[in-house]
Amino acid sequence: MKKYVVIFFLLFFITGISHAKDTVKIGLITPLTGDVKTFGESAKNAFVIALEEYAKNGKYNIEPVIADDKNDPTEGANAALKLITQDKVVAISGPLTSKVTIPVSDIANKNKVPMISGAATNPKVTTYEGKRKPYVFRACYTDPFQGTVAATFALKELKAKTAAVLYDVGNDYSKGLAEFFKATFIKDKGAIVAYESYQKDDVDFSALISKIAMKKPDIIYLPDYYNKVALIARQVREKGLKSTLLGSDGWDSPELMKIGGSAIVGGYFTNHYSPDRKDPIAEAFIKRYKQKHGAVPDALAALGYDATMILLKAIDSAKKPTQEEIIKLLSSLKNHKGVTGNISFDKNGDAIKSVVLLKVEKDKIKYMTTINP
Amino acid sequence: MELLGYIIEQTINGLQLGAVYALIALGYTMVYGVLRLINFAHGDIFMLGAFIAYFLITKFGMPIYFVFIITMLSTGLAGYLIEKIAYKPLRHAPKISLLITAVGVSLFLEYFLSLNALFTPNYIGFPRPFEIESYNFAMFTVTNVQLLIFSITFISLFLVYLLVYRTKYGRAMRAVSYDQEVASLMGIGIDGIISFTFIVGASLAGLGGILYGIAYPQINVFMGIMPGIKSFIAAVLGGIGIVHGAVLGGFIIGLLEVFVSAFISSTFRDGLIFIILLLVLILKPSGIFGKRIEKV
Repeated sequence: MKKYVVIFFLLFFITGISHAKDTVKIGLITPLTGDVKTFGESAKNAFVIALEEYAKNGKYNIEPVIADDKNDPTEGANAALKLITQDKVVAISGPLTSKVTIPVSDIANKNKVPMISGAATNPKVTTYEGKRKPYVFRACYTDPFQGTVAATFALKELKAKTAAVLYDVGNDYSKGLAEFFKATFIKDKGAIVAYESYQKDDVDFSALISKIAMKKPDIIYLPDYYNKVALIARQVREKGLKSTLLGSDGWDSPELMKIGGSAIVGGYFTNHYSPDRKDPIAEAFIKRYKQKHGAVPDALAALGYDATMILLKAIDSAKKPTQEEIIKLLSSLKNHKGVTGNISFDKNGDAIKSVVLLKVEKDKIKYMTTINP
Repeated sequence: MELLGYIIEQTINGLQLGAVYALIALGYTMVYGVLRLINFAHGDIFMLGAFIAYFLITKFGMPIYFVFIITMLSTGLAGYLIEKIAYKPLRHAPKISLLITAVGVSLFLEYFLSLNALFTPNYIGFPRPFEIESYNFAMFTVTNVQLLIFSITFISLFLVYLLVYRTKYGRAMRAVSYDQEVASLMGIGIDGIISFTFIVGASLAGLGGILYGIAYPQINVFMGIMPGIKSFIAAVLGGIGIVHGAVLGGFIIGLLEVFVSAFISSTFRDGLIFIILLLVLILKPSGIFGKRIEKV
């Protein structure tokens, strides 16, 4: 009998300890399979590192729920509904790509669940017809800024006079960047000689490339994700076209060089961060990431880490981890020291941050310059 | 003069795409000929071909001509098995059951193979078995990949033509397509001919898969859907059941696609192809080479 009493008290004691920390559920939505799976894997790795970091001296016990959106808006929306209604998460980190994040952000906002995307750059992520979605934030800059910087860089640094733009008409991210690039390029006295679109599942770009080849533009702007860009780059070079390729943060993946090969070498792209950045927080993160995953983190990992860290910081400083409390703290966040730089939110919940310009070289991606907003 | 070069170059682009469509369309049309079945799983056999070639090149480092042979044999076997497992038990069922089964086989192949343990739903870079070379002429550019696609397609189209019109098997196939029951009364083994047709059609689709992988070096499990639909339209356009109709239809669709992208906009491309399908079905349902079929 005595034995049982001891066991009973022991059990009581153990469960008592584990209840000493309140459990908070947070969700991650990210593409773990499909056409941009390297993005999703980076974001997930970073998410796990952020949680481990927090667990060391955080106030709450965090329970993660991870969902795969396959980079498909419908899958993303389903995942968001499941996280919110079934798993009852208090906040969501992600998704990554704009086309998935726009519907997911609508759902999160409607259900009053705070959400912070690491990398979705389209303006419609945090606003709807010019109105702010108060529950949505992002840890990166927006497309108008990225497209403008790319156009200015092409004109000033690459001394380009003519440009062609090739974009995915069904992708908000690609389309948005193409528009902002075009607007700035024309405004600053450049000429857009070709402005062509393709569709999501296209693999044959020969007709469009032959069309562009006739105009011999100085640069070709390719605002899309790595796998499509690599395919286009190959076909561009096979047509004997020598124009400089210029792109956006969607290029940042080890797969870019694998599929693109020598065709992509010599291209430039705008990005959120470079592992060459000298900064104690960035260096510490890069070291941990390398130890755990055996690779240098890409921009998606860095942004995913920053987004999750911001969220965890808000949850930790909340008196009670309720949605309202978290939103209040997120809105007042100033100068968060992240891996990708200092992050403050503007009135739309978008991070105010600098753009990094990178060049693709034979065996690595070289840091060129940083452009401040 | 520049415009002429541009047109020549776009024509080459269109022929390249059309050649692959023609190879796939042949399978649709031959199976339809003998079985009156639109084999919707055909586009997925094409995908299977690309994946088998991918594994042969990356995992075994096989030389390219072996890759061609083994891939075609394997997709031929896959076509044989699909017919035996999924279609043969329904030989005497209503046609609609057969059609539904074909859609089922297609979805099964796509989603079963997209499991993470098998091919995964990811986009995979297809390894180039040789270096690309472009040959610049005064007005246009041709690559060795395009030349390879043209020569392989034309040789196989020629061989299929010989097979169908100059051999005993071909004659049996045509007889079965004309009237199955009478053909069987004349001593033709119907099952053997149907299996043979599936094997030939599927190995051509596999060949199309390799060429597609070499030309557009990125593959995934859903890559068969659009080329499959477009090749089906090509077969309908040429007159389904007619071998040279499928070839002509394939080239017409390929050229149209490229010319619409080149002179109008790529946004209109797919829509226009489906409008063509509608027009053919309204104006001449039997296709370009089709004869009027008596309504039963």
